[in-house]
Amino acid sequence: MSNMLSKIGTIAKNGLIKENPTFVLVLGMCPTLGVTTSAINGMGMGLATTFVLMMSNLVISCLKSVIPDKVRIPAFIVIIATFVTMLAMVMEAYVPSLFEALGLFIPLIVVNCIVLARAESFASKNNPLLSLFDGLFMGLGFTIALTLLGLVRELLGSGAAFGHKFIEGDAMLLFVLAPGGFIGLGLLSAIVNYFRNK
Amino acid sequence: MAKKAESTLLNMVLVLTIIAVVTAAALAFLNNVTKGPIADAKKAKTEAAIKEVLPEFASLKSAKVMLDGDKDSTNCNLAFNASDELVGVAVESSTEKGFSGHLGVMVGFDAEGNITGYNVLETQETPGLGSKAGEWFQKDGKGCVVGMNPATNNMTVKKDGGDVDAITAATISSRAFCDAINRAYEAFTKVKGGTDNE
Repeated sequence: MSNMLSKIGTIAKNGLIKENPTFVLVLGMCPTLGVTTSAINGMGMGLATTFVLMMSNLVISCLKSVIPDKVRIPAFIVIIATFVTMLAMVMEAYVPSLFEALGLFIPLIVVNCIVLARAESFASKNNPLLSLFDGLFMGLGFTIALTLLGLVRELLGSGAAFGHKFIEGDAMLLFVLAPGGFIGLGLLSAIVNYFRNK
Repeated sequence: MAKKAESTLLNMVLVLTIIAVVTAAALAFLNNVTKGPIADAKKAKTEAAIKEVLPEFASLKSAKVMLDGDKDSTNCNLAFNASDELVGVAVESSTEKGFSGHLGVMVGFDAEGNITGYNVLETQETPGLGSKAGEWFQKDGKGCVVGMNPATNNMTVKKDGGDVDAITAATISSRAFCDAINRAYEAFTKVKGGTDNE
């Protein structure tokens, strides 16, 4: 039991800091740069991806012994795509405003490299419980990174935090536009990696 | 750990088929569950936009109009008061001339063709510049178009000799907005002509 807990602890540390999907593995850059114009959007995208990661990791881990090696990638993709489609339908029905803000990036979770990378490198080699936790913490690591980046861009770009404006008019618009995404991501990665390597 | 399934043709076909069937069944089920709420959310959004751009009305009737040179018809929502007189029309207009392509605007006209209000439905215009169209042309905005009538006012930007104050540093988006208004007016005259003949 304590063995299990320490394993989960390692997984948590890996997902959140040591192998943070955004700042360290640098995976899933397309949604990262695309949706983080505000903290709320970043968080919504992160949580959506977390859900898909957890469910696909769990199912793939359960099925790993029945899926033949040569068709594992198509099988994984079908499973991942199913969960993404489910998520998209539920979001459109019950949180239409968030669904609209994230738009095209919801269906694109299917091809987010983090999801397939975790399925291939973790879920297909570990038991379902550990895989579920791996999905959770990788997802949370992604969520924290996207929320942080969204917050920085929102603060500098529109002078607001989580939708609450505290300065009149516009701030540095560059940060809301695409170049600001790259600059913000670069700076945040540098800061995170400085402390990680200490 | 359980033995891995061999990559024989039978195994591969069987596993992929089963996965596809199961996921398709799950998606079909969820689609049935969410179909209602998704339609409701869309309808609520359109109705809220109509209410915003039109004076008070008692009942709505929708009509489709084909504009010259268009592939798709334009949706018009005719509003009537309690005694069945036409009080206004909300046109779901759009243009492809925006700075980033598509720009969707709901435009409200009263029975005489005066603009009673508008609501930007879809926009990909540059944040902070072209995206200001949502407020700029409103009643208390700097380039107010509410109250103008495309029959008597020239609905183009001042730079092109018209009556509309363009958004600062976003002339292209402003031109696109005027184009959407003019297209809406075209639809309005068509749909109004249709009801007069009835």
